[in-house]
Formats: sequence, structure tokens, C-alpha cells
Amino acid sequence: MTSPADLTIHEAAMLLDEGALTSVALTEAVLERILTMDSAVHAYLTLTPETALEQAAQADVVRASGESLPLLGIPLALKDNLSTRGIPTSCGSRILEGYVPPFDATVVRRLKSAGAVLLGKTNLDEFAMGSSTENSAFFPTRNPWCLERVPGGSSGGSAAAVAAGEALAALGSDTGGSVRQPAAFCGLVGLRPTYGRCSRYGLVAFASSLDQVGLLARDVSDAALLLSVIAGYDARDSTSLPQASFDGAAIPRRNDLRGLRVGVLADYEGVGVQPAVKQAVLAAVATLADLGAELLDVQLPHSEFAFAVYYLIAPAEASANLARFDGLRYGYCAEAGTLEELYRRTRGEGFGTEVKRRLMLGTYALRAGYYEAYYIKAQQARTLIRQDFEAAFAQVDIIVGPTSPVTAFRLGERVADPLQMYLADIFTLPQALAGLPALSLPCGFDEQGLPIGLQLTAPALEEACLSQVAYAYEQATSWHTRRPNLI
Amino acid sequence: MRDVGEMSYEAIIGLEVHAQVQSRSKMYCACPVMEDTGVLPPNTYVCPVCLALPGTLPVVNRRVVELGIQAALALHCTVAPESVFARKSYFYPDLPKGYQISQYDLPLATDGYLEVQTGAGVSHIRITRVHLEEDTGKLIHQQDGAWVDYNRAGVPLLEIVSAPDLRTVEEVRAYATALRANLMALGVNSGDMEKGALRFEANVSVRSVGETALGTRTEIKNLNSLRALAHAVATEIQRQITLLKAGGRIAQQTLGWDDARSVTFVMRGKEHAHDYRYFPEPDIPPLQISAAWVEALRAMLPELPAARAQRFITTYGLRDAEAQLLSADPEIAAYFEAAMAAAGDTVTAQAIANWITGEFFKLFREHELSIAQCRVVPAQLVRLQQLRQAGVLSSTAAKAVLAEIFLTGEAPETASERLAVLQLSDVAILQMWVERVIAANPTQVAQYLAGKSAVLGWLVGQIMAISQGRANPQQARGALLTHLERFRSTS
Repeated sequence: MTSPADLTIHEAAMLLDEGALTSVALTEAVLERILTMDSAVHAYLTLTPETALEQAAQADVVRASGESLPLLGIPLALKDNLSTRGIPTSCGSRILEGYVPPFDATVVRRLKSAGAVLLGKTNLDEFAMGSSTENSAFFPTRNPWCLERVPGGSSGGSAAAVAAGEALAALGSDTGGSVRQPAAFCGLVGLRPTYGRCSRYGLVAFASSLDQVGLLARDVSDAALLLSVIAGYDARDSTSLPQASFDGAAIPRRNDLRGLRVGVLADYEGVGVQPAVKQAVLAAVATLADLGAELLDVQLPHSEFAFAVYYLIAPAEASANLARFDGLRYGYCAEAGTLEELYRRTRGEGFGTEVKRRLMLGTYALRAGYYEAYYIKAQQARTLIRQDFEAAFAQVDIIVGPTSPVTAFRLGERVADPLQMYLADIFTLPQALAGLPALSLPCGFDEQGLPIGLQLTAPALEEACLSQVAYAYEQATSWHTRRPNLI
Repeated sequence: MRDVGEMSYEAIIGLEVHAQVQSRSKMYCACPVMEDTGVLPPNTYVCPVCLALPGTLPVVNRRVVELGIQAALALHCTVAPESVFARKSYFYPDLPKGYQISQYDLPLATDGYLEVQTGAGVSHIRITRVHLEEDTGKLIHQQDGAWVDYNRAGVPLLEIVSAPDLRTVEEVRAYATALRANLMALGVNSGDMEKGALRFEANVSVRSVGETALGTRTEIKNLNSLRALAHAVATEIQRQITLLKAGGRIAQQTLGWDDARSVTFVMRGKEHAHDYRYFPEPDIPPLQISAAWVEALRAMLPELPAARAQRFITTYGLRDAEAQLLSADPEIAAYFEAAMAAAGDTVTAQAIANWITGEFFKLFREHELSIAQCRVVPAQLVRLQQLRQAGVLSSTAAKAVLAEIFLTGEAPETASERLAVLQLSDVAILQMWVERVIAANPTQVAQYLAGKSAVLGWLVGQIMAISQGRANPQQARGALLTHLERFRSTS
């Protein structure tokens, strides 16, 4: 552990401020790591080392002039469904072949304004549809903790990059768990902010009412810092919240949790939770109690429907969101003699199996005569799920449970069985449907040395509470300091 | 006249109107709305949002919402406190997102009406709904293939749907005309149908008189002029009646209108009806419209055509027909009122109204101009009518002078002189010369009245001089004598 590539953002920033490290040296160390590791991990789809080094050199000049910015000279990675001006944005799909956005996503613009160095674009399940990054049209990404295993998904490239020291932190997106589940699989802190906290402008839409930009970091402090940079109201996103800004530095840090009421999810028996996961989560709950928190059992009775609700609403929205990929204005365009053939071939050849499966599901759910039975019913159930959380948060400040029922599974293990793959997100769907902030952080390892994630859920806009609790837990444990053994 | 067989059928017609909203920017992005002049280079007024680049999001144009609310209020609709945008999905190259952001089960406003006047009296036409949506791009077919121009994509549209309350082609025309006039008065729409700013779709069915159930309807799309609308509806009513009389059945179809051949043609049958898979637009939260906002907009409503026509009748004593014609277009109404202000009591309102609705409208048509481009200022029109009233210009001459000043912008007197159409033998103009000569020559007048009758010839000479020889000497002499005798009796 001698490379600066393994530093947290706040450690690196301290060294940069002290003059003990330059951003160029830091960026070079990370690029060096990418060079040695990424042929095995496959975290990146696109690398921009030249611009990264230019940005690093520029950051060093700015720092020398005495100016300070929150992420000045810090090398970060971006999930490849975030639009980047002048840099291909593929969404892990062939259908966006050759597409280069003429604009930056709002969160990308915010990172740039904060002085960040951007290394490149990371792999993902095609259009963020998946839980293993195996649905990428290009190649699967591997878990740095065990290369035969998946890094989770859909932000698997971002998670693997941060875990492997190929970036100090990364942005992802979370529609149903796509940041939290890979964070759990890769031993990282993963945060899904409140819906409307971060602008979705420039995030290529999968399911608009669920999509939220999230982040993957090595510890809670880094996560809070990154959120401070990317959060904020954006007039370009009508679902952006007026009170969206966040100041991580203003949150008092606590080493005890006296007075905190923690809701413990009691009803996740019978969904196939791996024993090691269950033990680690129970131990984490005990740690929270040791820190002074009051424990209460909570029920989210309608969460059992989250799976069904999610797989109606998300595909329904996706079926419209992905209609624009017709090959006429950008991306892949098949040779065709007629308009009908153009649509059939472009979309038939451009989209992968999982995307097509969900587009068909969604199209079906929205058909006249089925809409009331499926989409409307799902929206009603979604309201009940949201109300469950409201009732629970009348009693407790935070809810704790596992992020994923299992640790990282083997590549190919679940590809043939979409239902098994969907179940990997069973604990991360309710928060997404309710628009609530949730954070996953390391809480142990299974018998094979694979990381386990603890999920904390807070009421809307209570990311400060989330990071306080997570920080106190992190201070009391050392899980977050472990790094994978890289070959 | 209809024969007895046709008399037993009545038509049931509903209209859907798409009106381009006159706003500076598009419905969901900041791109400017450009007038379709036919020479705009394709794809020059587009941005990532209206081209539907991945990751872009719509933001509702607040000004368009305000204009939509005002239109809804003018049409006596109830504005919904909360309305919802919805995605209408279908694939077509002119639709960049693969869905149109429209409104569906919770539109901007509902339950209004418009009163329209026909020869048969006043009809109360219910308006079912008013909603906001966006226009599509345009396909351009060339020898080298089909191309798409997205300049129009995202241009705001107001859709206004009537109940099937229209029964005759005359009512259809009156409704469409009144709707257009209202939208123009509000500044919501340009009324320019040639440029596609107002587009009609008609739902037509027929049934036996006395029948209460509705017959099978057809929908005629893309009617881009009042003439095409009236013609297509009349043609379709006749087609359906003929078919039913022959024992046939009406098929539920979507029809197009071939303006050149004056026939409808089948675009698609019921079996190919689209399933648009509507669902609420997740990128746009429900539109909240407070009562205070509605009332503020109501307070800002301009005078609407019906009220204006009534005012023209009561204030100026116009006949109903001219009052309607003058109040439909706000610029024409403003012109008329400016002319009345310039006229004072010198000419009648009906005379000015006749000029505008008669000769002006004819000239606008002939020269393809609008009132905004008219070179005859209101005061000149009044002067023209004064000359006409004074008998200085004959009716034919006045029309000729108007046609001339319409092109040149000259004063009517100047054009009249150049055209040599002044009627100098006319009693009125002679009267004027006589008065001027008497007033200018008090010494000679006194001599004449004192008995020096030879002075009369000299005074006639003066008239010939100021009329530049164009007065008739005999008539001038007679008029002078009459005037001098009257002068003698009063002095």
C-alpha cells in the first residue's frame, strides 16, 4: 500500500495541500495502476489520460497560486451513462456507437468546476439495466477482490475502478440499487442521494422517476465531500429539488450515537440471505447499539411488492426513454430499405438481450387495456411502499439492514436466470421507489474474503444523518481500510 | 336544395384544433420559435433537448402555460388546479424522442364553450378540453431520399377539442373562424393558416334525423385552411350519406384530404389504430396552477371578438355583419377604431366599415398583404370618404383612388389629381370655389352688390383660375349668382 492511487480523497488533498504530492504525480500513479490492472479488471470503457494529465497539471498551477477547490487535482472516474462533452458516452450499448455528446451532464460540470481530474468512462450494464455489469455490450468487468466474480452492477465499472485504485472515487447512477449493490460487492461506500438532490440532466435516462446520480468512495468522508460537490438545484431538471444543496463539511462528526433511534429491518427472513451477510449485519447493528443508539424493530410490510412494482415501473419508463434510439440522429444505424426495417434492424441489432427484455416488458405494461392492471396498480403499490417508510420514520431516525442478500457472485452464475439476477437488488429497490437516500458501507467479509455491505436508509434530504451514522460506525470499525490484494 | 332522401340525415361533427402558440421559445427548451417562411435552413434552431440527445430533459415554458390558461379562460373553460403532462409514444422520424410530451387524462382545462353565429342563429358549441403539447419536426422528401428538419420540433401547440356539437358545414366554418379570431385577439396564435399555425382535424359521422345513437365516425386529418376544412367536411358528409343510402356501412377510418382533387383518402383503418401507450411524464412534475394565478391572467385578458363586436354595434351603430368582420382580427379592429378617432363626426362608421370590409379586404387578397403592411393610414381613409361624401369623388373614382394610394401611400387628393378623377362640375366643389372667390375678393363683391354687374364676369374668371380651367363656366356663373344673391339678402 505505497501507491498514492490507494489514498482517500481527503488523504490525497492533505498531501497535495502540504506540497508532499502533486496532482500530476497522483494522476500518474492512478494511470499506472490502470495500466497494470485494467487488462484484468476491465473497469474502463474509455480512458482520457492526456486530458487527465492536462487537468492535473492545471490543478497544480491553481494550487500553487493559493487557490483552493474541493476536488482540486483529484482523479475520478465517471460511469459511461453520464454525458461528457467531447468524450464518447456509450451506456455500455452498441446503439450509441460513435456518439459523442456536445454537452456535459450537470454533475460532470460540477466536478470540473470543483477542480476534479477526470480519468475516463467506466463500464456498466447496458443502459444501467443489470446487477453484475455482465450486460455490457463490450465486456464484463471483474471484481478486484476476486477476478472470477462480478463487481455488481450496474455501476460495476465505477466500483471496480475505485476498489482497484484505478480512481480515487467515481460517480455512478442508482435506479434500483446500481450504486449501493456494487459498493457492497467491492467493499466501498456507495451513496444513493434523495431523488432530486443531484441533477439528472445529462444522465442518460433508464427510468426517469427512479434514476439518481450516486457515488462510490473509499470512506464516508469522501462520500460526503463528493455529494457536496454534485448536489444542488438545477433548472434544467424539473424534478430537481430547490433545497438540493448539501454541505458535508458543515455536518458535525460524532463518535457516539446516543439519542439516535435505529430501526432494524426484522422481516428479511426467507429471501435467501447468505448467513455471513446476516451475521455481519447483526454484528453491525450491535456496534451501533454499543455506540449508544436505541434499537427498534421496524416493518416495511409492502416492501415485498417492491420487486414486482419496480419491474413494472422501470421497464415502462425505459420503453419510452429508449425510443429515441432509432439511428436517425446519432449512434448505430443499420442498413435498411424501408423505415420499418430501419427501426427493426437498428434497434434489434443495437440493443442487447436484457435491454430488449425490459423494453418488451415495459411496452406490454403500458398497452391499452393492461395499463390500469399493471402500471396504475404498480404506482398505487409504490405509494404504499413510500407510506411504509413514512410510518417507520415516525418512530426511528434511520433504518439499517443488508445492502445485498449475497456477496459477489461468480461471472456467468446468474446470466441465464434473469429472476435470480433481479433478486440481487431486493433490498435496494424500496428506497429507490420511495425516492429516499440510502448508503452502503463495508461491515465485514464472508468466509471467502468477499466484502459485505450494510445499508442505511434515511428520510428524504437527511443525507447529513446518513453520513453522521455511517461515519460513527466507520470510526468504530476498520472494514473500510481493507484493500483487495491486487495481483 | 337537398332532396327528400338527404333531408333525413344529419351530420355530427367535432373539431380538434392545433394552434401554434406565439411564444419566443419552444415548449420544453430555450430554442427560439421561428416563423416558417419556407427559406429557413433546416436544423438551425435546434438544441440537445429538442433533438432528444440522450440525457436531456424537458422544462415547461411558463409563458406558454400562461397563454394556454388565457385561451382556456376566453373559451369559458375550467382551468385544472393540477394538470399532468403525459408521454404519447409512437415511432416516426419527425418525432425525435419517440414520444410526444402532451397531456392526456388531466389536461390544462376542460368544459368550456364558444358561441357561434350562423344564418340559422346562435349555436352553443361545447369545448371538451384544452391542452398543451409540442409540435413534431418535418419530413422533407427529395430525390436523394427523405430528410428531417427539426426546427419545428418542440414548438408549443395548444390543442382545443370541441364536443360533437356541430351539425352543418356553416357551423363548422363559423366555429373555426370564431376560434381563430379569439386566439388572435389573445395573442396566442397568428391565425396564419398558410404557414400551418392553425391546423384542423374533423370527426364526422351522420345519422338519421331523430336517431339518438351516434353513427360510425371518420377522422379527417391535416386540414390547413378554412376552405379545406369546409370542403372536406362537406365532401365527407356527402360520401357517408351516399354510402348509407346505398345500403353500405361506414368504416371507422382516419382519412386524409387531397386538396387538389377535393377528395378524402384512407390513411389508416381501425385495425391500424395506434396504441400510444400514454403514461404520466416522469420528467415533469404535475403542473400546479393556483386560483390567484388564474385570476391574475383573467384580469389581463384583452377584449375578445364577441365583446368587441357588441361594442362596435352599440358605440358606432355598425350592422352586425360588419361588426363581426371588423372585430375578428385585432389589427383590423384597431385600424377601424383609429379611423373613427380621426374622423370625428365627419363620416359615418358604417362608411368606414364598408371601405375596410369591402375594398380593403379585396386589396389584401389581391396583393397578399395584411393590414399590418397597409400603406393607407387611417386618416387618409377618412379623407377619402370625406371627398366621397363631398361628391368630389364618384364611387368608382374613390375605389380607383384607394387602389392607387394602397400602392403608393400618397394622400387621396394627390392621387385624385394625378388620376384626374375629381368631379369639378359637381355642385359641392363649385360651391367651394365660389366661397373661396367671394371671400378672397370683398372689394369686387361689394362693387357687384352695389350694381356693377360687369364684375360678375371677372369673378367667374377668378373661379376658372383657381380651378385651373377645369370648372364649367356656365355652372360656375350660375353658382356664383345664386351665392351672391343669398349674400345680398343676408348682408
